[in-house]
Amino acid sequence: MSILAAMEQRGGVWNRASFETLAAARQFARDLGTTAAAAVLGQSIGPLAEDLASRHIEKVYAVEHALLKDYTPDAYTIALRQLIELAQPSIVLFPHTYRVRDFLPKLAASLGKVAVSDAISHRVDDGRLVLTRQLFYGKVNVDSRFAGDAPHFASLQAGAYRAEPLDPEGAQRPASAVEQFTPRISPGDIRTRPIKLFRESPQVVDLGAASLIVSVGRGIQEAGNLPLIEKLVKALGAELGASRPICDAGWLPNERQVGSSGQTVAPKMYMAIGISGAIQHLVGMKASRTVVAINKDPDAPIFEVADYAIVGDLFQVVPALVEALQKSE
Amino acid sequence: MKIVVAIKQVPARDSQLRIAPSGKWIEEADLSYEINEPDAYALEAGLQLKEAHGGEVVALCAGPPRVASTIREALAKGADRAIHVEVEDPGALDPLATARLLVAALRNEAPDLILTGLQSDDLGYGQTGVILAELLGLPHTSIVMHVEVLEGRIRVKRELEDGWFQLLEMPLPALLAIQSGIGKLRYASLMGIKKARTKEVRRVTAGDLGVAPLEASVTVERLYFPPHTRHAQIFEGSPREAATQLVEKLRSEARVI
Repeated sequence: MSILAAMEQRGGVWNRASFETLAAARQFARDLGTTAAAAVLGQSIGPLAEDLASRHIEKVYAVEHALLKDYTPDAYTIALRQLIELAQPSIVLFPHTYRVRDFLPKLAASLGKVAVSDAISHRVDDGRLVLTRQLFYGKVNVDSRFAGDAPHFASLQAGAYRAEPLDPEGAQRPASAVEQFTPRISPGDIRTRPIKLFRESPQVVDLGAASLIVSVGRGIQEAGNLPLIEKLVKALGAELGASRPICDAGWLPNERQVGSSGQTVAPKMYMAIGISGAIQHLVGMKASRTVVAINKDPDAPIFEVADYAIVGDLFQVVPALVEALQKSE
Repeated sequence: MKIVVAIKQVPARDSQLRIAPSGKWIEEADLSYEINEPDAYALEAGLQLKEAHGGEVVALCAGPPRVASTIREALAKGADRAIHVEVEDPGALDPLATARLLVAALRNEAPDLILTGLQSDDLGYGQTGVILAELLGLPHTSIVMHVEVLEGRIRVKRELEDGWFQLLEMPLPALLAIQSGIGKLRYASLMGIKKARTKEVRRVTAGDLGVAPLEASVTVERLYFPPHTRHAQIFEGSPREAATQLVEKLRSEARVI
C-alpha cells in the first residue's frame, strides 16, 4: 500500500499544481501510515526527476519515452498502466488539470475503476480514506470512499492542498532513489495526432490592470439587460468583467472573462453581480482585496468569499447602487 | 455523418436543493429539470455539423421517465431521433455505470462521431464522455472548442489552461467532449416542436440491454451542505437601503472607491 503522485510537466516545465499533489501525497501517506512516491512522464525528463528527488519523497519514477514528448491520452494511459503494474500503488493522485481531465477517466475505466475527480479534501475514518468533492457547482459536498481492490484514483482541485516550499535542508539530505522506467509504447498505439500548441491574439482588455472590476454572471438573464450593469461600471469608473456563461453565450467578448479559462485578477475591489461563484470563477478572483457579492440565491457559493454582500434581485439593487453612488459624490 | 449526442437532464440551476433522507442523493420531488447546459452545447455542435455535412443526429439520454421532456427538446431543436435508456435512480449511477449503459444502447448504431458535454452540473464528475470512448475503443479528446471535418478524420481545437490551445487530428469514428460556448445555442422553432412529436424515441432498460451492474469502485457515504466559511457583512433592508449602506462601507471602511 502506497501513494503515488503523478506530476505534470510540459516541455520540461512543471505544472505548479503538481506540487500541491506532491504535498497531498505526503499527507495521505502520513495519515494512512504508508509511503509516498512520485512519477514524472515525458521525454528528456532527467532534470525534472532530479528536482523531484530533492523534494523529500521516498521514491521517484522517471517514465521516459519519445512518444511521451507530446501529450496524447493513448500514450499516457499506456505508460501509466505499465507504471502502476510496476509500482503497485494503492492510490494514484493527480492534479485536476485540463490534461488529467482528458486521460484519467480513460485510465481508471481501463482498470474498471472510477476516479474521484476534483477532490477538495480528505480524512481518514477507521483507517479508511474518505474523499470530499463538490456536487451542483459547489452547492453540495459529497464524501466518498474507495471500494474494491487497488489501485484507486483521485484528482485534486487546484488550491485544495498547499504546495510545500523547498526544504532548505533538502540539499544536505541524500536525494530519493530515482527509478528509470521505459514503457512499451509503439506509434501505432497512438490515435490522436497533436499538431501544435498556440495562443490566440493578445488580449485587448487587460483586466489584470484594473483596480475596480464589476463582473456580471448569468443572473443578468439576457444580453439586453447588460446596459444596466454598464451604468454601474461607469458610475464606479470600473472595468467590466464576466463569468464564463456570459462569454459562452456571446453576450460579452471572451477577453472579459474572469476565471480558470479566462483572466486571473486581483483588483482593489471585485463586485460579482448575478454570479453564483463556481470554483472555476472563484480561482480567477478570490485574491481580490475587497469582494462584493450581489445575488438573489442566499446559498450561492460566491458569498463564501465576499466581504460585503447583498442578497437580493440585481434588477433592483444595481439601479439603487447607481443612484447611491451618484448621490454621495 | 451519423452523430450521437449524449445528453443528461439535471435540476434547474436556481433549484433550492434538499438532501434526501438517505443522505446519498438529493430530494428529487418538487424540483424542476432542464438539459445539462454543457450538453446543450454538445447538441448544438452536433446540429451544426449535420447542417454542414449532412447525416443524422441521434440524442442519447439515460434517466428516469422525467427526462422525456429533455429528449423532446433535443428533437424539437433538430435531433432526428432519440434513445432513452430508462434508469430509475440516477443518483446511484457513477460515470462508469452510466457509460456502460450508453455503450450497450449504442450497439448496432455505429456512429461516426459521438459528442458529449464536458461535465454534468449535478454530479460534476466530468468523466462519462471519456469513459464512453474508452469502452467503445474510440479515440477521443475533451474540452473541444472547434471541430473541422476532413476526409475520414477530424481536426479539433482543444482548450488548455492560461489561454493556450491545442490543434490535433484523429481518425473517425471518435468521441469529443465539447466545451461550453462552442456555438450559439438555438431555440426550438414552433415547427420543430410540432415535428418532434412524430420523431422516433427508442426506450430501453438496463435489463433489455443485458447490462449487469459492476461492483462500484467509489461509494457515496453522504451528501451535505458545505459548512459556511462566511465572513461577509450582509446589508439588509430595501434595495435602496442596502445599496446606500454598501456604498458607505466601500468609501469609508474598505476605502476602495
